[in-house]
Amino acid sequence: MLERQNNLKALFYLAPAMVLLSVFTFYPLFNAFFLAFLRDYEFLLRSAKGFTLFGNFKNVITDPDFGIAMKNTSIITFISVPISVIIALLISVALNSVKKLQGAFQTIFFLPYVTNAIAIGMAFAFIFHADYGLLNTILGWFGINPINWVGLNASWSNAMFALLVYTIWGGLAFKIMVFLSGLQSIDKQYYDAARVDATPRRRVLTKITIPLLSPMIFYITVTSFIGAFKAYRTIIGMFGETLRPPGTLSKDSLITIVGLVYDALAHADATGKMSEAAAASIILFSITMIFTLVQMQISKRRVHF
Amino acid sequence: MDITLKEITKIFQAKDKSETVAVNDFNITIPSGKLIGLLGPSGCGKSTTLYMIAGLLTPNHGRIYFGDEDVTDMAPEDRGIGLVFQNYALYPHMTVRQNIMFPLENIKVPKEEALKRAQDMADLVGIGELMNRKPKQLSGGQQQRVAIARALVKKPRVLLLDEPLSNLDARLRLATREEIKRIQRETGITTIFVTHDQEEAMSISDEIILMDLGIKQQVGEPQDVYDEPKNLFVAKFLGTPPINLMPGEIKNKQVLIRGSKVTGKAAKNQEVVVGIRPEGFEIDPNGIMELEVYMVETIGRDTTLIIKNFNDSAKSYRIIVDARHRIKPGDKVKFNIESDKIFVFNRETGERL
Ligand SMILES: Nc1ncnc2c1ncn2[C@@H]1O[C@H](COP(=O)(O)OP(=O)(O)OP(=O)(O)O)[C@@H](O)[C@H]1O
Ligand SMILES: [Mg+2]
Repeated sequence: MLERQNNLKALFYLAPAMVLLSVFTFYPLFNAFFLAFLRDYEFLLRSAKGFTLFGNFKNVITDPDFGIAMKNTSIITFISVPISVIIALLISVALNSVKKLQGAFQTIFFLPYVTNAIAIGMAFAFIFHADYGLLNTILGWFGINPINWVGLNASWSNAMFALLVYTIWGGLAFKIMVFLSGLQSIDKQYYDAARVDATPRRRVLTKITIPLLSPMIFYITVTSFIGAFKAYRTIIGMFGETLRPPGTLSKDSLITIVGLVYDALAHADATGKMSEAAAASIILFSITMIFTLVQMQISKRRVHF
Repeated sequence: MDITLKEITKIFQAKDKSETVAVNDFNITIPSGKLIGLLGPSGCGKSTTLYMIAGLLTPNHGRIYFGDEDVTDMAPEDRGIGLVFQNYALYPHMTVRQNIMFPLENIKVPKEEALKRAQDMADLVGIGELMNRKPKQLSGGQQQRVAIARALVKKPRVLLLDEPLSNLDARLRLATREEIKRIQRETGITTIFVTHDQEEAMSISDEIILMDLGIKQQVGEPQDVYDEPKNLFVAKFLGTPPINLMPGEIKNKQVLIRGSKVTGKAAKNQEVVVGIRPEGFEIDPNGIMELEVYMVETIGRDTTLIIKNFNDSAKSYRIIVDARHRIKPGDKVKFNIESDKIFVFNRETGERL
C-alpha cells in the first residue's frame, strides 16, 4: 500500500521532467530516425515519396565533404582528448600540491569554463593572427618568421594546429576542476604510507594517484570524447561560418560531422536535405555510441571503483 | 636498537593562531626488541608521538634518537620504520600481494626476491592464501594482518602501530592482539603499539607508557604500573572495573574514610582521595569498613558487589569477592582492606602520597 503510494508520488514528481524530455528529447530523436529513412522528403511541403533504407545515408557518405568531416572530427577527437586529459591531470596534481594561492590558481584555470566559447574562439583567432598575434610575436623572439596560422590562404595543417591548441585549452578548465575534487577526496594516509615506504614521486603518481583517480579519469575521458565528436562551436568561433580560413578551398575546410549536419540543415528546403541532416546525425550518434561502449568495456579492466 | 625521545614538544597551530600542545616535554627511552604500549585517553597525543617517531611530523622542540643516531631531521623514508595506520591505509586497487610487495619495489628489490619475501611475510602473519584478493574482499582482521605484513616486509628497524585493533570486534581483537604479540616475538623487532584500551595495552606490552594531555604520566611493566600508580590519573586509567575513589582525610598519620581508619600514612594532616582496587576488599565479620550492598552481579567466576557512591548517588563502587560468598542486595557486609590495594592521593594535585 505504502509502496504503491510512493510509486505514484515518484511518478508525480517525475512528471514535469518526463514531459520536458518527451517534447525536447525523445520526440526529436524519434523524428530524426524517422526522417532519415524518408525518400525525397520535402521540408516545405512536409511530404515524401515513401521510404528508403540506405538512400539518405548513401547521399551523406558519398558527399566529398563527408570524408573531410570524418577526417577532421577524428583528428580533433583523437589528438585533443588524450592531450587535454593528460595536461589537465598534470596541472591538477601540481595545483593540488601547492599550498599557497591554490584558490587563485584554481580560479585562473576555471575562468575559461565560464567564458563564452565563441568569444574565446575570437580571442584565439587574434592570438594566432599572422601580423600582430601573440604567438607569432613570441616565435619572433626565437627568430622564427611569422606563420600564417588562420589568416588568408592559411594551410589546412596550420589552421588545424591552431584549432587543436584552442580545443585542448578550452577543455582544460572543467577537467581540472573534476580532477582536483577527485584528488582532494583521496585519503591523505595513502600518501603518508607511501612516504614511509620510500616511494619515489613518479611511482606515487602512477601507482597511487592515477589508479585512485581512475574513475574520474574515465568519466572525463568518455564525456570528452563525446564532446569532441560533436565539435562545432570551436570552429565557428575561430573561423566563422565558412569553417575554414578565408580564401581557402572547401577541401581545406575544417568542417566536422556536426558541421555537416548544420550545413544540410541550412539547405533544408532542397529536396532530401533534411533527411541527409538526420542521417548524418544518426551516423554521428552511432559512432559515439560504439565508442562509448568500447570504453566501458575497457574500463571494466582498468578502472578501480 | 633503542629509541630515545628527548624533551620532545609538538605544538599545532590552527588557522586562527590558537595553539594546541599535543606533546609536552616528552622524555622516554624505548628498549630494543621490546613491545611497548603507548596508552592514554583520546586526544592525549599518542598518534602525534608516533608520527614524530615515524618522521611524518616534525617536533617543535627536542631530539629523537634511534640508537645513537639522531634522526630528528631525517625524512621518514630514510628512518627504516614500518607503520601500520589506524585504518590500515591499504591501497584499495592493489591485491594483497601487490600491497605487500609495494615497499620492496620502491627500493628496487629484484622481482623474484620480492615475491618470495612477500610470501614469507604473508605466511608469517597467516594470510598466505589470500594473496590475490583485494583489501575490500578481506575481513578487518585480515586487512590488519596485511598492513602488518606490508610494514614488516622491508625489515624495518622499528614497527609502529597506531590503534590497529580499534576497528575490530571484541573477539577478533583478542585473537589479533595475541597474533601481534607472536609476530613481535618471532621477529624481535622494537615495536610501539598505540592504544586507548588499557586492557589491550596491559595484556600484550612488555612495558607501557601512560600519557595524558601530552605529558608522560608513568612508564613501566604493566603489573608494576598497576600495583604502584604514581598518581590519580594512572590509578584511574588502569583496571577494569576501575579503582574505587573515596573522599578521606589524614589525621595523625591515619587515613580515615567517613571517620573510620582504613590504613596508616606518614603524611601531614590533609584532605585526600583514597583509591581502593575492586579486588582489594576482604569479607571479614570483624572488618574495619561496613558497606551496604546495593546490587549483586554474578558472572560465575567471581561476584561483583555494587555499593552506592558516598557522594554521588549516580555513581557506584564495585567490589569483587569470591563467588562462594552468597550476598544479597540490602545486606550489610564488613570488609578488611588489603594494604597493597589501597592508595592515597593528594586531593589537589592527584599525586600519590
Ligand atoms: N594536524 C593537527 N592540527 C591541529 N591539532 C592537531 C592536529 N593533529 C592533532 N591535533 C591535536 O593534538 C592533540 C593530540 O592529537 P593526537 O591525534 O595525537 O591524539 P591521540 O592520542 O592519537 O588521540 P586518539 O586516541 O583519539 O587517536 C589533540 O588535541 C588534537 O586535537
Ligand atoms: Mg590517534
